[in-house]
Amino acid sequence: MHWLPEGVSTYSPRIDQMFYVILVVTGIAFVVTEALLFYFAWRYRHRDGVRARYTHGNSRLEMVWTVVPAVMLVFLGLASKTVWGEIKGSIPPTDQEVVVMASQFDWEVRYKGADGQFDTADDVVIHNEMHLPLGVPTKIRLRSKDVIHSFFVPAFRLKQDAVPGLTIDVWVQPTKTGDYEIACAELCGFGHGTMRGMLTVMEPQPFQEWMKQQEAGVAPAEAPPA
Amino acid sequence: MSETHEHELPFIRKYIFSMDHKIIGIQFLFMSLLFMIVGGFLAMIVRWQLGFPDKEIPFVNYLPDSMNPADPAHYNAVFTMHASIMIFAVIIPILTGAFGNFLIPLMIGARDMAFPKLNMLSFWVGFLGGAVMASSFFVEGGTAATGWTAYPPLSAIPEYTGVARGQTLWIVAVLIIGTASIMGAVNYITTIVNMRAPGMHFFRMPLSVWALFITAILQLMATPVLASALGMLLFDRTLGTHFFAPSGGGQVLLWQHLFWFYSHPAVYIMILPAMGFVSDILSTFSRKPIFGYKAMVFSLVGIAGLGFIVWGHHMFQSGMNPALGTAFMISTMVIAVPSAIKTFNWLGTLWGGAIRFTPAMLNALAFVSTFIVGGLSGIFMASTPVDMFIHDTYFIVAHLHYVLFGGSLFGVFGAINYWYPKMFGRMMNQAVNTVHAVLTFIFFNLTFFPMHILGMAGHMRRIYDPTLYDFLKPLQPMNQFISISAFLLGATQILFAANFLYSLFFGKKAEANPWHANSLEWSAPSPPPHLNWGAHVPTVYRGPYEYSSPEVAEDYLPQDRPLVGSPTPSRTVMTPARA
Repeated sequence: MHWLPEGVSTYSPRIDQMFYVILVVTGIAFVVTEALLFYFAWRYRHRDGVRARYTHGNSRLEMVWTVVPAVMLVFLGLASKTVWGEIKGSIPPTDQEVVVMASQFDWEVRYKGADGQFDTADDVVIHNEMHLPLGVPTKIRLRSKDVIHSFFVPAFRLKQDAVPGLTIDVWVQPTKTGDYEIACAELCGFGHGTMRGMLTVMEPQPFQEWMKQQEAGVAPAEAPPA
Repeated sequence: MSETHEHELPFIRKYIFSMDHKIIGIQFLFMSLLFMIVGGFLAMIVRWQLGFPDKEIPFVNYLPDSMNPADPAHYNAVFTMHASIMIFAVIIPILTGAFGNFLIPLMIGARDMAFPKLNMLSFWVGFLGGAVMASSFFVEGGTAATGWTAYPPLSAIPEYTGVARGQTLWIVAVLIIGTASIMGAVNYITTIVNMRAPGMHFFRMPLSVWALFITAILQLMATPVLASALGMLLFDRTLGTHFFAPSGGGQVLLWQHLFWFYSHPAVYIMILPAMGFVSDILSTFSRKPIFGYKAMVFSLVGIAGLGFIVWGHHMFQSGMNPALGTAFMISTMVIAVPSAIKTFNWLGTLWGGAIRFTPAMLNALAFVSTFIVGGLSGIFMASTPVDMFIHDTYFIVAHLHYVLFGGSLFGVFGAINYWYPKMFGRMMNQAVNTVHAVLTFIFFNLTFFPMHILGMAGHMRRIYDPTLYDFLKPLQPMNQFISISAFLLGATQILFAANFLYSLFFGKKAEANPWHANSLEWSAPSPPPHLNWGAHVPTVYRGPYEYSSPEVAEDYLPQDRPLVGSPTPSRTVMTPARA
């Protein structure tokens, strides 16, 4: 089944799989209950001389339809917990780090630059554009200058609010090169709908070359505030 | 007779500043229906913008500037007010204010509410809140534009939206409406606990009353939390405090915890009463006792209890500790169980029935059908990893409309159809309302079902022009399809409004019990006089669902009809008969 758009992060197949599992379980529940609803409505329509069945219920049935959904739901909960743990449990060790500072209506993307340190004069800072290397986990540190934004890359299945006053770390390991859109998923003001960025996943070699070019282009004026 | 109690009150005391629960209920009904027109109109504007972002609305010159969605800031305001009006000025007041007021005393055999003056105050305070909210459209800078959830810092600092007074008025309006809610809740709880007719044990109350009772408890417990959060937000805006501003040491996420601690129970405030009405309607028109009465009561209680420990499922991607997310996921999965129990019991009620397809019944069936979808789609969002993708997309927009339109509003349409004869003493035209129910069901599904598909593609909510994104461009035909369906859905409501108004004056006169139903309100005349019954309130001998009982030849057996050998009610409840 491919009802979801193509996923290009290591965890996107896990999320999609969970989606489809829930889709199957709820799909069955949907078909069965809707079919019964329409069938009963038709089968038990009023007819002259036919009296309704006088019954107040059935304890055994109540038990069945309490326990069965409960078991299914707990199963879905536990399965989801496993996937959630894989994504949120711990960030894979990596040197590849990016700081994203969201503001109305801009994604500021910051790389360490040549010295391997953030918040130094040689940081590479670009806007509404992010480049990531293929096959390597990248840690993304999300911050916000003003209001709540939400960093959303549909192709990665990655969404995380950027909250002023907090730094929230997420990670992604891309599995396919290409250009993917970044969107803001949390209402952040009149420009919310236009807060779009482009994310480019590159092979490690071209990525290094791109990084070098950026580092070479860093002007001292672009130093961050102390 | 009741006429002897009824002093000739001047018009203003009888219909405007009335203390009669029925008049107050009808006042709430009219107010909510008027706001529904406004809220629905705003939805049409939203759909125009999303379906046809390049085209100006044809009648844009007749709109206040603050409603022209072509300006993105105003688009935000329009959907914010669509939600705020629908939630705070339509669904909550129509369910609890209109039907809570009208039905509770009539269904439990009381002559009025416990505190009639407080009741009157509740309506007029609520009305003031609605008026303040509506006024925010006309102040400088326009109305609130931060979504109905009003997340700070966006809502706390005027510079972030450019809306100064409008947002403040919004906060004040919700505070006022919340106050009205609390007044109503106190009244409903007191009335139900103290003023039931002789023989009306708790487990003989119709499920509508149970649902309104549980809802009132939710309102009483949750609304003060919202009020405190709104108070802090108001102080942040006007007094320079920093409850939610990190620059002064405040916590941004605190708002979300407080807001959802109220607003998740509020979701149940907006659906439980409708579940109660639908249970009564399904039983009446299946001519069968409700299946599993006690299971229905306990599942209401279960939903209400669990409703207080699931709020975090709105915050999985908010920056809240992911471990907490897991805990909230499990509690959220568990709360689906009582909803499932209710659905199965509704199906059980239909099974073996002798179903009459009145408009009320059609709406109740539509409720069950759409609630199934809304309930099941909730499971996707409950799953923390799946929510990471579909959170804040059209998937949630589809889900919430399946619950709040498909659920609450079909419940409301069912309830209006069902109790209209009792409220106004006249019948609505059944044929017109049958067409209305069928068309509404069709267009509702055509409007909201495709939104699941938009959400699965990652379509963000609250964006004013989907065509700005490459990955959303292929979905634009679907957005247009949804918009056209929404316009047809809106147009269908004209049938209902016209029928409602026409029948007020020209409808066929209603009998006391046109549906051959069992509960006590049908033992009073249509419409019931002041103080509802004559010299004596009815005595209750049995539960409200004795349809097709073998004890009688007819297929119904009202709660207050004594049978030979019926035991006299074991306990007497004092019902103050105010002269």
